[in-house]
Amino acid sequence: MAQVAARPASSVDMEGRPWVGRSIERVEDAALLTGRGRFIDDIGTPPGTLHAAILRSPHAHADIISIDAEAARRAPGVAAVLTGKQIEALTSSLVVGVKAPVECWPIATKRVRYVGEPVAVVVASDRARAEDAVELIDVEYRPCMAVVDPLAALAADAPVLHDGFPSNLASDRSFSYGDPDQAFAQAPHRFSIDIRYPRNSCTPIETYGVIATHDAAEDAFDILANFQGPFSIHTVISRALKVPGNRLRLRTPPDSGGSFGVKQGVFPYIVLIGAASRAVGRPVKWIEDRLEHLTASVSATNRATTLSAAVAADGRILALDWDQVEDCGAHLRAPEPATLYRMHGNLTGAYDIRHVKVRNRVVVTNKTPTGLNRGFGGPQVYFALERLVQRIAIGLRLDPLDVIKRNLVPANAFPYRTATGALLDSGNYQEAVARAVEQGRLAELMARRDEARAQGRLYGIGFTAVVEPSVSNMGYITTVLTAAERRKAGPKNGAQATATIALDPLGSVTVHVASVPQGQGHRTVLSQVVADVFGLKPQDIRVNTEIDTAKDAWSIASGNYASRFAAAVAGTAKLAAERIAARLARVAASQLNVEPADIVFAAGFVGSKHNPENRLAFSRVAALSHWSPGSLRDDADQTIRETVFWSPPELTAPDDDDRMNSSLCHGFIFDFCGVEIDRTTFETRIDRYVTMHDCGTILHPAMVNGQIRGGFAQALGAALYEEYAYAADGSFLTGTFADYLLPTTTEVPDPQIIHMETPSPLTPLGAKGVGEGNCMSTPVCIANAVADALRLADVTLPLVPAKLADLARGPEPLPAAGQTRAAAAREADRRLRGEGSAAVKAAPEQVWTMLLDARTLQAVIPGCQRIEKVSDTHFRADVTLGIGPVTGRYRADVELFDLDPPNAVRLRGKAEGALGFGDAEGRITLEPDGKGGTRLRYSYDASIGGKVASIGGRLLDGATRVIIGQFFAALARKAGGGASASGFSLVALLGRLASLFGGRR
Amino acid sequence: MTRLAAHGHHPVRFHLNGKPVEAEAEPRMLLSDFLRHRIGATGTHVGCEHGVCGACTVIVDGMLTRSCLTLAAQVDGCEVQTVEGLAPSADRLGILQQAFRRNHALQCGFCTAGILMSLDHYLRRNPSPREADIRDLLSGHLCRCTGYTPIIKAALEAAADFASTTEEKSDA
Amino acid sequence: MKPAAFDYVRAESLDEVLEGLSNEGGNARVLAGGQSLMAMLNMRLARPKVLIDIMRLKELNRVEERAGVVTIGAGVRQATLLAWPELTRTLPLLALALPWIGHVQTRSRGTICGSLAHADPSAEMPLALIALGGEVHLRSKRQRRRVPARDFFVGMMATDRAEDELIEAVSFPGHRGGGCAFREVARRHGDFAIVACAAVATPNGVRFAVGGVADVPMARDWPCLDGTALDDALNGFAYELDARDDVHATARYRRDLVRIIGRDLIGEVLQ
Repeated sequence: MAQVAARPASSVDMEGRPWVGRSIERVEDAALLTGRGRFIDDIGTPPGTLHAAILRSPHAHADIISIDAEAARRAPGVAAVLTGKQIEALTSSLVVGVKAPVECWPIATKRVRYVGEPVAVVVASDRARAEDAVELIDVEYRPCMAVVDPLAALAADAPVLHDGFPSNLASDRSFSYGDPDQAFAQAPHRFSIDIRYPRNSCTPIETYGVIATHDAAEDAFDILANFQGPFSIHTVISRALKVPGNRLRLRTPPDSGGSFGVKQGVFPYIVLIGAASRAVGRPVKWIEDRLEHLTASVSATNRATTLSAAVAADGRILALDWDQVEDCGAHLRAPEPATLYRMHGNLTGAYDIRHVKVRNRVVVTNKTPTGLNRGFGGPQVYFALERLVQRIAIGLRLDPLDVIKRNLVPANAFPYRTATGALLDSGNYQEAVARAVEQGRLAELMARRDEARAQGRLYGIGFTAVVEPSVSNMGYITTVLTAAERRKAGPKNGAQATATIALDPLGSVTVHVASVPQGQGHRTVLSQVVADVFGLKPQDIRVNTEIDTAKDAWSIASGNYASRFAAAVAGTAKLAAERIAARLARVAASQLNVEPADIVFAAGFVGSKHNPENRLAFSRVAALSHWSPGSLRDDADQTIRETVFWSPPELTAPDDDDRMNSSLCHGFIFDFCGVEIDRTTFETRIDRYVTMHDCGTILHPAMVNGQIRGGFAQALGAALYEEYAYAADGSFLTGTFADYLLPTTTEVPDPQIIHMETPSPLTPLGAKGVGEGNCMSTPVCIANAVADALRLADVTLPLVPAKLADLARGPEPLPAAGQTRAAAAREADRRLRGEGSAAVKAAPEQVWTMLLDARTLQAVIPGCQRIEKVSDTHFRADVTLGIGPVTGRYRADVELFDLDPPNAVRLRGKAEGALGFGDAEGRITLEPDGKGGTRLRYSYDASIGGKVASIGGRLLDGATRVIIGQFFAALARKAGGGASASGFSLVALLGRLASLFGGRR
Repeated sequence: MTRLAAHGHHPVRFHLNGKPVEAEAEPRMLLSDFLRHRIGATGTHVGCEHGVCGACTVIVDGMLTRSCLTLAAQVDGCEVQTVEGLAPSADRLGILQQAFRRNHALQCGFCTAGILMSLDHYLRRNPSPREADIRDLLSGHLCRCTGYTPIIKAALEAAADFASTTEEKSDA
Repeated sequence: MKPAAFDYVRAESLDEVLEGLSNEGGNARVLAGGQSLMAMLNMRLARPKVLIDIMRLKELNRVEERAGVVTIGAGVRQATLLAWPELTRTLPLLALALPWIGHVQTRSRGTICGSLAHADPSAEMPLALIALGGEVHLRSKRQRRRVPARDFFVGMMATDRAEDELIEAVSFPGHRGGGCAFREVARRHGDFAIVACAAVATPNGVRFAVGGVADVPMARDWPCLDGTALDDALNGFAYELDARDDVHATARYRRDLVRIIGRDLIGEVLQ
């Protein structure tokens, strides 16, 4: 056997350098580059698997009056249609993160609270048939007022989403550290800033997927999902599915197409599809589509923040006063409101500020529920803090960089306890800034700005200093509770990382971790780490990162989030390997007749340090436990398999004064950039971006840079392009990749990356997290540069050129005399208004008669299949309408009122169909034209929502005009021999509003 | 004239990476779904199904093609190339694939197949591209992991490698 | 996100196409490059009962230059025209505008006539057609007719094509000297235009056309203007376009771009 496993010495690394710290090629890549990746939708399903499609709410807020799913249940291939009522019977409500009598279901029960909320699940033989049946479900809604703004949600008269919360306020906590009131009272200056941080998401290119099987014989679930953790959510899922944890086998596929936090949000669908599988007694698969993902997967929180600073004359910040209103969307899904508390220990950023006051409020609004997203709370906090630092500099006529430097935590202060409780483990921020300024050639950038400005160009420079926390304390979320509530709930702290090393009978090494990578290359790094311990090559180590909660070592902290891999998981793998290595050393010492302390692992051998000839092949020593346990030394123990759990002791629970060490490690980032704004288009071009990172020990330089570049590109998107936009009525406006804009190769520049390595004393490898930092630092760095270029006091993200232009340009040239100017629309006012007229040959009396005649209307309205006259002034109609190729069926209901025959009438109506809904009011007037005919004038005011608003908002106005124009044109034609007119324009309108679609050409 | 009835399952035949394949499809079945779920060629991925993300890009009769914007029935009789056909053999990577691995031009690898197909198509026709050309070409693909820089670098390196080893062009 | 069911017809002759359109009327859609239509099918915004695939018809896949007129068949893909060696000489405006249509990966499939049929107000081809004063060749079993650009686009995604008509080809008057210029502003490279502008020299001055603002691309013919006369003309035109706000741009921003870019392009063309 030894011969089989021994490798020729020539194949080992002869330099003896450690593998950690080198940019070796990734073990993951060969499969991914040849089309052999195994993502969830690439993996086969059990025979008999059915496919799910989901009917989703077109309304932001509405009561569900009735659901008629009979036609859908009878449709070809359909096995079941499940509505909220059935899911309620099959599951329990999801646990909510605050103490309140509030339910949270993975599907709407009696009310919908956001556009895209699931209303019914169809299970059918294939996805297309399931979608066919979804269209046959008839839901009657009673729309309610919606609220989308977090501050408006707090108003006394705001519509209330959940009866269990007092108003829409889910949590309200105030904190005080040091003596902020005194600091503010005594400080010579006070600066404040109001921030609205928008909604966005890191939108992985692979969407959610779930394949669920319920085993009725043992009442157990086997569920494969591209979930990313944290596995604390396993407890939420098993409770919701009403099985103990040991009957929920949750597995992940070998590959996942990116996550960035977002795939934590798949868990409500794990419950939903699990319940569907139980209902139909067959495996059920669901792959989310892109429209579903953008509309209703998960989002980062948007936040309204008022931040004030007490400032000394030299720019030193003496105290901060945070007032944060966090918008978690329609449901407070686990682990929210974690986004708000993740940064609690770091509210002073990279600065030495001893007095801090905080008020944290969490509200619910009619938007998609929020969850994990790269940066997780960091972008929101640093946008406020670093914009304020720039304001302070401008206000005091200081250099912004000087203000940053003056406030940095002193280099000799580490480990440094922040006012709010974080333990900054290591760093030298002054040194990092100095190196970045030097290596990043700040002086040259300043000269470029001077030169550009001298030429009349719009050029600005921005700075940011950021502390990047990593490895979350699983107890930080309990800061949302009072100390008394925490005592009652029991202690929560720490974060168990786990790694297992196994040696097989041929002595080859397998590593398993519960880190659930989503593309970061964990398998490669672990092979390096373990190879170093055993004196092997990375290719000798096989790493498995799939997770199976029925068989693998895991805990609630398992998973891929909070940048915990390098710091916690890789370190734990090292500890596990070292534990086995220590035993192997004893085994080898006994075989080689040396002391264990003399044993060294190198070049594929276990041998004596002092006598390199005295050695055994690693595989021979490694295999001994299998083949000959009797020959092991008594104190050696088995060397077959070792699992280590590691939870750093520094991650303590919040103390009674609410000080919270929310994360284990704290990297440092200092960014600066130069931007130029185009004077015509107001597009922001990044001239140069410099990002300095101190993330402790670097395990794989190319992967670290990959994390930085990837985070930077997403942050550039957040800064310039990306927003999950909502209208005031809760309509979702960015439902395709043509409206939710991810940056591409032509938008993303290459940042200059500079490194400094200050190892963490608290992690086994000295490494800290690095993946989230630029999502925290870059949006505000770019915003500071744009504010500098345009000399603006307030900028909001994303920095849409039109918004900047409207802020920066002077008054607009007026239209020429006699030219009409469209009334300026209010922000987020999506009501469609218009007016027009048509010449009709018939007299007003005739037109009037036709207007109230169902048969005439049916003949005139294109696509009208049926008109039902409910009363003389009330009609119902089924119409199929479209513009171009876009068509949809609608059920319309129209009433005429304020009848003034034959002069004028008002009408009001609504329509609902698979593509959306609308309501409208209009007025039609008929005047004799003096030639026996009629001058018909109309005006309308309509609102449209649902799918068409999400995916075709760009075209809504024009489509509406086409529909109405066509209707009256047809009317006028018809009335050549007698015409009709009607409020049914709104039917047509609602129908054809359809004409929206997304997609680039 | 060929008319395929909406709910019928009709045979679709074409050459995939040089080998004949055949399976049945309804007229509405997209090429992306047909490749993945009928043929089992799962290397082509689906990211948006509205033609923006580029993950599903394949080559049909020498044309770059979004397989999510193409019906399986449309490619009957055509030559289709996918990521599975790029490597010279099962245990080797082509020049472009090697350049991607060397430059860490992929992380999760989900968007990669489409990007490789665009580059393979382009580099065969444009042996000495400028960076701006590559950026223009790849603006039709979304990648969320890499920030693009390593992809551009890999593409330019591959172009240089192609130029220096023209006889190996078939390995692209 | 799968299409609703439809019959698929692979036409092998023009007669089959016209017969199909005649029989099916509004229930049929012509499938050419599919770069707009297929996305709409996937989203179930469009649900035709029949798709008629015309891309196997060789006779539609022609670009012809005859008597100073360039005629482009319904099967000609955007990439094919872009690669046509005579393009810069005969239709320099299209040589400028075509690279702005989507991306390499969509131009390789998308057709010139398909883009016109779709009549997206932000699309480049309708704008070019208006700017150059081209004609759309429509054909049905009943008749053949040619519709001038200004009459073809009747509203947002709405054209003068009857339900039984095929856009058989489009023709452009070939270049007769004089300058032309094109510029587009979009959020990102390849996105729908927020504003797209084309300027073409005419015997008496200049034609200036704008897409992305009104429901259809619009053009104005002006004599050689400059100074405040040009500013006033552009300002008047900018307001006439009746710009609207959306998530990507404001009405005012669109008017500003019409004024600024208009001035630049017209200056360029009249130089």
